[in-house]
Amino acid sequence: MLYDIWTVFWRDWLVLKRRIGRFILSRMVSPILYLVAFGWGLGRNIQVNQGSYLDFIVPGIIALNSMNISFNSVGSPLNMSRVYHKTLEEYLIAPISSMSFVIGKVASGALRGLLSSLIIILLAFTFGAHALITIWFAIALVLNCLVFASMGLVAAMVMNTHEDMANFNTYVLLPMSFLCATFFIPDHLPTVLRWLIEFLPLTHASHALRAIVSGGETPVFSLFIMAAYITAFCGIGVWLMEKVRE
Amino acid sequence: MIHIENFSKKFGDRTAVDNLSLKIAKGEIFGLLGPNGAGKTTTIRVLTMLTRPTAGKIVIDGCEASHQEQHIKSVIGVVPQHFNLDSDLTPWENLELHGRLHHMVPQVRNQRIEELLKFVELEDRAHEMVQKFSGGMKRRLMIARALLHQPKVLFLDEPTVGLDPQVRRRLWDLIRHLKNEGLTVLLTTHYIEEAENLCQRVAIMEKGRLIAIDTPMELCQRLGSYAVEWADEEGTKTKFFADRNEASAFAATLVTTTTLRQTNLEDAFVELTGRKVAG
Ligand SMILES: Nc1ncnc2c1ncn2[C@@H]1O[C@H](COP(=O)(O)OP(=O)(O)OP(=O)(O)O)[C@@H](O)[C@H]1O
Ligand SMILES: [Mg+2]
Repeated sequence: MLYDIWTVFWRDWLVLKRRIGRFILSRMVSPILYLVAFGWGLGRNIQVNQGSYLDFIVPGIIALNSMNISFNSVGSPLNMSRVYHKTLEEYLIAPISSMSFVIGKVASGALRGLLSSLIIILLAFTFGAHALITIWFAIALVLNCLVFASMGLVAAMVMNTHEDMANFNTYVLLPMSFLCATFFIPDHLPTVLRWLIEFLPLTHASHALRAIVSGGETPVFSLFIMAAYITAFCGIGVWLMEKVRE
Repeated sequence: MIHIENFSKKFGDRTAVDNLSLKIAKGEIFGLLGPNGAGKTTTIRVLTMLTRPTAGKIVIDGCEASHQEQHIKSVIGVVPQHFNLDSDLTPWENLELHGRLHHMVPQVRNQRIEELLKFVELEDRAHEMVQKFSGGMKRRLMIARALLHQPKVLFLDEPTVGLDPQVRRRLWDLIRHLKNEGLTVLLTTHYIEEAENLCQRVAIMEKGRLIAIDTPMELCQRLGSYAVEWADEEGTKTKFFADRNEASAFAATLVTTTTLRQTNLEDAFVELTGRKVAG
């Protein structure tokens, strides 16, 4: 089983290694834009919780970016491989369990999310952020990557066209990027909306990352929620892998 | 080796395969023929565990599909009808992925990859991207992939579409050779002469139902061993005779150009399915 997970991961790693230069460059673009627009441009004169806006927003950007990368690096290739290229069949025909496939894919998506977060952290330092990177920060980040990699897997198994995948991005990920405590604290929003936002995984990621960076208490509850999401999505993923044979 | 009992597959209201029962012995090359949409690919997909049957029992290599799927998967090799190579990888990497998925020991794996790449004449392009390959090259690579882990049963869904004549002949020779070593082969094809050449037995399917199953020879003799073919205003016509003299006597009564020949599997196929398949 471990070997099968490694095989699935190995294939993605091979592809990533071939494109690592391009991967890194393209991953720098959107965080730089965010940092310039919100950190330098807008954020100069804003104070949040007695800190600079830049320091406030870096954890948000990391949460949002690792979400996007993890989701898309599993979601869109897997969707293409299932619907158009049919390369998923190679795994379905092989004597490996659905669980190994799911774990391998999610791990490789999370790895990409982590790499791109690392890029942002380095960039943020050059922009003058004072982030505090601890082991808990790493744990929260890994959890966030896993949440969205597994969500990407579920979406890829459910959506039947590439266009639906893009719509999923627009209707689910994009609203989350703006609402889930990434750019502001959602305390002043209407109660219903706040409840809804509290429910979304990205909110917990930004909360957790921010709490850790600012040296507050370890956000155990948020980490727990993220772990629950991962378990649920992976479980659904395994179930969908079985169902795809119907 | 392959044992199918009362197998049906429905997609919604459409019945793709209807109550099919079939036994294929070890070391047999078995051909599955039928017009487009007959249910050949669906049958193969079910036998290769890609789709679950709606009803029926399937046993391969002594294992029942519903409980011992992993064992079956480890002893079968599959060449699907459509291309499903990983185009982000090179041929070598595609094969290596397959070998790893089948838990091959690295040393054996590398040796087999080399052998098979040589066999399908792709060894000098082993490290180019598959994306840039021609259709025939991709199909050759898929055949190499299906054989890599030394399966006991090989499923070939139209394996020779788009192959040049030399490679096709070599593939036939290889299939015969593997059969002698005890490999069981189930293949589908629209090239009837291929089935006639290669298969000990063929089954003809139409609209999901099995309409005939026999040796190619028997199927031909059922019609009559001799065929007279002629053309009139309505198109080509064929009539079958058991006896050569009768056939030539009939041919003599026709005023147009006629051909008198031995009945072939294609005649049987056309008679049974009621229309000509496009090659
Ligand atoms: N995934 C699917 N969903 C719905 N219907 C399907 C599906 N796959 C196959 N069918 C239907 O099942 C029937 C049999 O198709 P199948 O692909 O098995 O035919 P075939 O004998 O392989 O034909 P061909 O010679 O064209 O390859 C067709 O009517 C087809 O439309
Ligand atoms: Mg077919």
